[in-house]
Amino acid sequence: MLEQYIPIFLVITIALIFAVVTVFASKIFGPQRPNKSKISTYESGMQPIGTTNERVSIKYYLVAMLFIIFDLEVIFIYPWAVQFKKLFGELGISVFVSMFIFLVVLELGYLYAYKKGGFKWD
Amino acid sequence: MNIYDLIFYLFAALTLISAFFVVTNKNIVHSAFYLLFTFFGVAGIYVLLGADFVAIVQLIVYVGGILILLLFGVMLTNKITNVEIKTGTINIFSATIGVGLFAGVLLAAVLYAPWKVTLLQEPVSTTGILGNLLMNEYVLVFELLGIILLIALIGAASIARR
Repeated sequence: MLEQYIPIFLVITIALIFAVVTVFASKIFGPQRPNKSKISTYESGMQPIGTTNERVSIKYYLVAMLFIIFDLEVIFIYPWAVQFKKLFGELGISVFVSMFIFLVVLELGYLYAYKKGGFKWD
Repeated sequence: MNIYDLIFYLFAALTLISAFFVVTNKNIVHSAFYLLFTFFGVAGIYVLLGADFVAIVQLIVYVGGILILLLFGVMLTNKITNVEIKTGTINIFSATIGVGLFAGVLLAAVLYAPWKVTLLQEPVSTTGILGNLLMNEYVLVFELLGIILLIALIGAASIARR
């Protein structure tokens, strides 16, 4: 089964080599005539304002946290979904019920975050 | 040394070297980016061990999620990128004792662990096996997992939206 990973491994290797080679090749072969506006930070064509060390809002953190939790939820649904037909034949409706309880518990948290305004962006 | 060993050492070296840079780097944002390679190397080792589902979860959750959270945590904190992070030695005596004890425990764990040696066999896809176990033996653990995720969700929502 490990042979199945050879294409993935090849893609990763080629992507890495391509990225490294292009960056260094342009550094070696390209002409370098820097001036002040060329080496300044690109900020969508505007004059750069401030530094990059700005504090970001806590809202981003909350969104990232919600993302990870629902990401994990989906990950636990996945093996269940793969085996659902077989398990349903063996255990009947209880397979459905146990996943339903899992989802209901998480949806309670979803409702709480919703009521708290976790999805609002103001 | 066959190709399997070669790839294993490649991933192990990637993990160890990037982990070393995570610890020694002075810039905390750079440390977070080196952590990406550490997580990726661990995912590669999971693949080599035949744990395909764990490898994908490692990629999705750690590389795609935890690292973003870490970076946000760094960026939330005011002026943390300018802080001089001290990597010098402060308390040499107590540090030596602590590190020595920890290294001893790790070494004992490596030496006395009952390593299972099996014949080289074809690894099978583990996703279906995991689904069976989650619904049969570990169904209670599965529901508890939901509650742990709920606690994390409520904690994040109530802290960020006070």
